[in-house]
Formats: sequence, structure tokens, C-alpha cells
Amino acid sequence: MLVEAGHFALALALGLSLIQFIVPLWGTRANDPVLMSVAPTTALAVLACIAFAFVALTVAYVTSDFSVLNVVENSHSTKPLIYKISGVWGNHEGSMLLWVLILSFFGGIVAIARDSIPARLQANTLAIQAAITLAFLAFILTTSNPFDRVVPAPADGQDLNPLLQDLGLAIHPPLLYVGYVGFSISFAFACAALIDGRIDAVWARIVRPWTLTAWAFLTLGIAMGSYWAYYELGWGGWWFWDPVENASLMPWLAGTALVHSTVVMEKRDSLKVWTILLAILTFSLSLLGTFLVRSGVLTSVHSFAVDPERGTFILGILVVFIGGSLALFAWRAPRLQQGGVFAPISREGALVLNNLFLATACATVFIGTLYPLALEVMTGEKISVGEPFFNLTFVPLIVPLLLLLPFGQTLAWKRGNLLGAAQRLYAALGLSLLLTIVVFAFTHDGPVAAPLGIGLGTFLILGSLNEIVTRSWTKGGDWAVMRRKAFGLPRSAWGSAIAHAGVGLTVIGIAATAWDVETLGTLRSGERLGVGPYEARLERIVPRREANFREDVATLTILRGGQELGTVDTMKRLYVTRGMPTTEAGIMTRGLSQIYVSLGEIQPDGSLGMRLYYKPLVLLIWLGAVVMAAGGALSLTDRRMRIAAPAKSRRLPANPLPAE
Amino acid sequence: MMIWIILLAMTAAAVMAVLWPLSRHGAISRQVDPNTQFYREQVAEIDRDRDRGALLPAEAEAAKAEAGRRLLRASHAADTMLDAVGEPALRRRRAASTLALSVIPILALAVYGGLGSPHILERLGRVPVTGQEARTDIGSAVAQIEAHLATNPQDGRGWEVIAPVYLRMGRMDDAVKAYEAALRHLGPDAARLANYGEALVIARDGLVSKNAQTAFEKAVELDPSSAKARLYLARAAEQDGRIGKAREDYAAILTASPTDAPWVPLVREQLARLDGQQAAVASPLDNEAIAGMVASLASRLESQGGSVDEWARLVRSYAVLGQRDKASAAALKARQALAKDADGLKAIDTMTRELQLTNATP
Repeated sequence: MLVEAGHFALALALGLSLIQFIVPLWGTRANDPVLMSVAPTTALAVLACIAFAFVALTVAYVTSDFSVLNVVENSHSTKPLIYKISGVWGNHEGSMLLWVLILSFFGGIVAIARDSIPARLQANTLAIQAAITLAFLAFILTTSNPFDRVVPAPADGQDLNPLLQDLGLAIHPPLLYVGYVGFSISFAFACAALIDGRIDAVWARIVRPWTLTAWAFLTLGIAMGSYWAYYELGWGGWWFWDPVENASLMPWLAGTALVHSTVVMEKRDSLKVWTILLAILTFSLSLLGTFLVRSGVLTSVHSFAVDPERGTFILGILVVFIGGSLALFAWRAPRLQQGGVFAPISREGALVLNNLFLATACATVFIGTLYPLALEVMTGEKISVGEPFFNLTFVPLIVPLLLLLPFGQTLAWKRGNLLGAAQRLYAALGLSLLLTIVVFAFTHDGPVAAPLGIGLGTFLILGSLNEIVTRSWTKGGDWAVMRRKAFGLPRSAWGSAIAHAGVGLTVIGIAATAWDVETLGTLRSGERLGVGPYEARLERIVPRREANFREDVATLTILRGGQELGTVDTMKRLYVTRGMPTTEAGIMTRGLSQIYVSLGEIQPDGSLGMRLYYKPLVLLIWLGAVVMAAGGALSLTDRRMRIAAPAKSRRLPANPLPAE
Repeated sequence: MMIWIILLAMTAAAVMAVLWPLSRHGAISRQVDPNTQFYREQVAEIDRDRDRGALLPAEAEAAKAEAGRRLLRASHAADTMLDAVGEPALRRRRAASTLALSVIPILALAVYGGLGSPHILERLGRVPVTGQEARTDIGSAVAQIEAHLATNPQDGRGWEVIAPVYLRMGRMDDAVKAYEAALRHLGPDAARLANYGEALVIARDGLVSKNAQTAFEKAVELDPSSAKARLYLARAAEQDGRIGKAREDYAAILTASPTDAPWVPLVREQLARLDGQQAAVASPLDNEAIAGMVASLASRLESQGGSVDEWARLVRSYAVLGQRDKASAAALKARQALAKDADGLKAIDTMTRELQLTNATP
């Protein structure tokens, strides 16, 4: 009964979205506030319907209702409860349902925020939002219906892909989707602004928190996915330049550019057209990511189903929304009021540079991801574009961007002083160089890239903190006053400093991967294998049986200099229902470094193949991303309004105050 | 009936969400215009910054003047809005209501009517629904038997008990192994052999393999009246393309069985089908659905290539569908596609031999 009601609710949401698309647009055309006011209530009704459908599907999973085909294909009665719930979005149909749920959830928030968004903008935005919902609901209902039934119901299900039976999966897709879908709001706002032909600082002020939220979640989602791949796939790598990963990296790069360009728009009322274009492109890349992952164009863990019908449908959605919005842009953008011009050496100039670098980096990822696909379609030739390509294209674009970042942070709005900015960075630059030299001296026979990268990361962190320090520190000043000043700084200043420091942390973590040590060997009980400064001793291997899998557990003791530090377990599992083996890596964390143990084949003579890694500072990669997202979140709590002081002449105040 | 009442109530609630704002005549109060609000707060912010010393007084004045100009522009834009009264507005509102009242229910019912299964409860009701408890009971019982068999692997009776349970749980390979163990420890027996053969057939998606056929033949040797074994042998003949032989076999089963035997309707159905159509399908599943699945698999393999297993599945599917020409052609293509993969070639060869696809080797 509940399942059928959920199915019907989805059909109702389709009808409601159509109304939410047509009536508010008509309202803004006719200038009728009553018609416009249909948008918020309808958006909330759509949210209620989709949320109900989602709950219905979740209940079917939790109670193992095997009359639902989707449950049969992706669940099993013996699966632990948490994976029964996460299994709802661990498959194509359910994850698309989660996608529209988040979409309508964002629509619902826009609907509630009635007092902070002008009515016309809200109505137009919700109408665009409804068009997206409509397209994806139609896609779900016609090609990927999660509520299809089987009669008679099988006695038990086929279980979820074991790789996906993991806590990482429970968290990764929702985070990623909030990021992807969050950009749909920026997109809808951009289209609404184009439809109305009005765009100003208010628009940027309204859009910014949405973009920032989506960006923070996407950051977390990508980091989570990367960590999941690191510990679950058992290869010890954290980024593979896999098309599916690139599909999430592209909107992140464009979204990062968008977050920065909205600041310029809000503060200086310029870069308007570019910001609108970026908002459109960011969501287009999110859609492209959805297409790549969902259509089965790429075959990987993420392509749950290979189905040309679905691919064609999503491609249709892609063409309509990207083509439509770009056409709208081409038609209306020339009518938008242009913003002011500004000097190249200034905070906004630096942000333009940031946008240029990020957009180019995004383009290289785009080419590296899509060129092989296009080539295969055209000529049938299969080429693989992997790490070497991205090392040659992406890295040379990102490194200068990172080097320039602290300078940009130090420049003042409107007319900055490059020399002054450099002077304020002397300390940070000197310390980083010193650290690079010290690290290099200690590891002079190791890779050169690592000390350089660590120096760069340190420069980023110090450069970010520099901003807080120079804004609160005065020579010979009172400590208490300085502290009050520092904490009195706007939260967005703190947020931006923390987020940029997070970038520095990630850079250090990535640089330190050059020091990774890997050892392969076969071990019998009691034997030892060394990796870096550590040793691992195999204690025992025992079989174990859980509800839906059986596994061989190898227990190893980790030693350093003969001293025992503790034990790690690494497992080889066999999921009985699917007959699929997986490897669970054993990981011991020492500070920010990790010792990573992966179990190989059991040899005929009873010894175990074993792969050991020592990864110094590896945790910083993900920790940095978490810090970035935290900076974004802190910035979100700042309710400060922005000022654009159009002073004719500006004397530098004793205490320069750059961006906030 | 109950379900329709619920769906109706949901529809009514959904329509109300649209009608309610439309019905609020003139209740649209002038909300605080967010534009105006924005610039007001901006001015307040400038004052605060000046007091903090972040802006010089002259700068603050200039910033306030700029914000004031923008505020003027914003409130001017706000005044040009609102066209909520009068005859055209009323007509618009009526049209929008009609649109909502018709589009939402019609679209929802059409979509749900086409895709949903409102009568599923009655159909499910006829089959005893295995509840959560019953299932966990089965699960723990299986675990107990498995634990027992792990310590006493020579207990043939235990294997025989657990084999059909595995089959129902969808663990085909385990079922086959369990039957093998039962045969090994309890010795051959017509029923056991027939069950073993059946497990093999189910494990290979309905294809009667060489092994299965041998098992069925042995079963018939031991007990010529074993209907299950004879049925599968008839199906094997049909899959080999020997339609005449299959028809004879089915007819023989019919004459040998009592008229009220449970398999009689099935046999009649098979016979009628063989009489009715030449391109026979050996599975009770929906032909079109299978054919569609096979076709999409074939096109994908041809365009993108695939693994050995996928090629093997394609060849086997054609064989099951009785399309032996296509099966041979697919096997040939598989050999080309897997030319560099020695193991894969071997697997394909074994299968073509098993399926007796004579013209599948170049």
C-alpha cells in the first residue's frame, strides 16, 4: 500500500512541477503577484510528494519488501540495517530519486525564504527549478522507476554490490548530490535573472550562500569519495583521474570560480555577465557528470546499469537545459547592465586571474575526460588519458594559481599595491622557503617535489593566516586588544582564511605522497615485512562468518624499532549472494600518517601475499578538504552585508583592510 | 478500493497547494521589499564600519550616497510591479485554477495508471507473504545446517535438505554443490539426479547443459517414469533444435502420466506452443522481454566489446531462445573479439561444444 502511494506521489509531483513551471512564469510575464505566489506553495507540495515517495521506498528496503523489483535487485534480508537504508541510493533508480529529492528540497528552501528574495526573482527561479524537476521526474518514471513490482515476490534479494556495502557509500552520494544539485539553484537564479533582464548586487548577495553551500558539500563529497576509494579498493591510491572522479571535479572547479566571482559581483557590482555564465556552466557540468555516471558511457563501479535508453534520455535533458540556458544567455546577456571596470592590480583583478586559471584547469579536465570518449565514438579507437596527461596540463595550471593565491588575498579592493602586498607577505614567504630548505636538507636523496610542495602548502597556510594577523596586529599593541580585534573580524574573513589554509593542508598532503613507500611480500605466521620505518608481523589468519559474507581475517602487529604499536586486521571477503570477493584494507593511523595493509592471494603453501604501504601525512589530503568546507560553512554564518565604497580618492588607512 | 481513496485524498491535497494561493484575494500584502532591505542594511553597515574606523568619514559618505542611489533605483522598480486587481487578473486566476485542477489529476492518474500496480495487494495476497520473521528463521536455520555440515561434510541427508533451500534463496552455485555432495554420499537416485539436473539448468539461466542432460538420462534409466527428468530431456531436445523429437517426448510424457498429475497443464502448454510456432522459446518467461534484453546485450557487445562472461551469456541466450544460427554467429564474433584472450577462447570453445553449435568454429 505504502509503496503504491509512494509511486503515485511521484506521479503527482510530476503534475505539480508542470504547474510550478507554467504558472509562476506566466505570473511574472503578466505582473500578477497572485500567480507568482503559486510558486512557493507548489514547490513545497512537490517537496512533500517526493519526500513521501522516498520514505516509501526506504520503508520497502528496511522491511525487505521483495515485491519491489528495486529492493530485490539491491537488498538482502540479512544485510545490516544501515546498508539496507544506504542501499536505497546505492543503485541507479534510488540514487536518481535522491537526486530529485535534494533538488526539491532546495526548491523548498527557496520557497520558504520569501522575505529575503524579491518575489519576481523567486517566482522565476522556482519555475526554472520546476523545469529541472519535471525533466528528471519524467526520466525516473519512464526509464528508471524504483517502484516496479515483481509478482510473485522472490524469497530473498540479490544483495547490494559488496563494494558499496560500506559506511563511505552511506555518506558519499548524499554529500555529492547536495553539491551537484545545489548548483542547480545558482543556475535557476541565473536563468531567472536573464529572463527578467535584471541583475545587481542584490542578486549576488542572494545567490552567494547557495553557491557556497553547494561548494562546501561538493568539497566534502569529493573528499569522502576519494577516501572511500582509498580504503575500499585496496590499491592505496586516492585519486585516479577516473572519468567518474573528473565528472565531480569539473563542477567543483567551476563552482570554486563561481564562489569567487560572486564576491566580486557583490562587492564591486561587476563581472556580472561572467558570473551568470559561470553559474550556467557549473550546473551544466553537474548535469554532464550525472550523464557520464548514469548513462553507462563509462563502465566502472559507478555505472550501475548499462542501458542506452537511459543514456539517450539524460542526453536529451542535457541538450535542453544546457542548450536552452546558453541560448537564453546569448539572447539576454547583451541587455544586462554592465558593471564597472577596475584596475588589474587589485583584489578583484586577482579574483579574475583566479577565475581564468580555474576555468582553464576545468577545460583541461573536460578535454581529458571527454576527448577519449569522442575519439572512440568517431573512430572506434580506444585511448586512455590518465595521470601523465593531467600532470602535464592540470598541474602547471594549478601550481601558479596556488603561488599567486596569498598575494591575491593580501591585495586591497579597487586599487591594490603589489609591492605593499609582497611586503606584507615577506614573513610568510621567508618561513616557507626556510622550511623547504630544511626539509630538503633532511631528505636530500628523496624526491625534490615533496619539499617544494610542502613549502608551497606552508606558504598558502601562512599567507592565509597573514591576513588575519595583519588586520589585528599593531606593533607594540596590547594582546587583549589584538585578540578582540582578531575575533571581531567578520566571519567571512575568517572563513576565507580557513578555507585557503585548507587548500594548503591538502597541498602538503599531496606533496608528501612522493615519500610513499610500498613493499610486496609473502608472509607466514610470525614472519615480518618492513615498510619505511615500520615493520609488520603476521600473527594469524582466521576465517570468520557474518550474516551476508564470509571472510579470512589476517591480523598483523605493527612494530617500530622492535616496539609493538598495535594490531591491524585486513580481510578478504566473499559476499555469498553475489559470489563476489572484496578486499578490506587494514589501516593504522599514526598522527597524520598511515600504514596501509592490503591482503593478497593465499599461496598454495599457506603463506599470504601482502602489500604494505607507509603513507606519511596522507590524512592531510582529506583533512584539508574538510577544513576548506569548514571555512565555507563559517563564511555562510556571516550575515554581514557588503559595501562598495566608491571613494574618489583613497588614502590608505593606517591599518589596511582588504576584502571581507 | 482503499488504495483509490488514499490516492484520491493525495490528489486533492496536491491540487489544494495550488488553489490555496490563487484563492487569497488581495491577501498579498506588500512584503518588505528585499531590495530596499538590502540597501538599508548596507547603509547601517557603512555607519558601523565608520565607527569601527574601517572607513574614513569621507569614504563612508560616498559609500552611503552610492547605496542611496541604488536604493532609489530599487524602490522605483518595486513600484512598477503588482497588477493584481481587475477583470483580467480574475480571469487569469480562473484559468490558472482550471489548469491546476485538470493537469495535476489527469497527469498523475495517467502516469500512475500506466506504470503503477494498484491491484498488486490482491495478487500478493494470494501468495503467502514470507514475513520478516519467517525469513530470519530460514536464515538462522541455514546457518545452523551449514555449521553442522562444516563439521560433518559426509552427511548426505543434510546436503539434500539444504540444496532446495539454497535454490530458493537464489544461491544457485551452492545448490548445485549441495546436490553433488548429496549424490556423492547417498548414491544416485532418480529423484535426486533429476533435482541435481534441475539445479544445473536453473544455474545456467534455463539452458540444459551437457552435465544436466547426463544427469537426467541417468535418472530416466533408474526410473523411466520420472516426469521431471523426462520433461527436461524434452526441453533439451528442443534447445538442440530437434523439435520433432521434443514434441514426441512431450506427447509420451502426457500419455504416461495420470490426467490429474500437476505437470500435465505445463506439458500441454509446451506442446501447444511447439505446434503453434516454429521459433520456440524454452522458457516460461515473457519472450519479448528476453529477446529485447538479448538484443541490447548483443548491440552493446558488438559496439563496445565485453568480457568473456558477457559473450558467453549472449551465446547461451540465443541457444535458449532456439535461435541457433544467431548463437553460432555470436560465438564466431566472440572468438574474433576475444582473439587475444586464450582463456576466453577456451571458454567459448567449451561452450560451443556443449551447445553442439557445429558451425561456430571457423
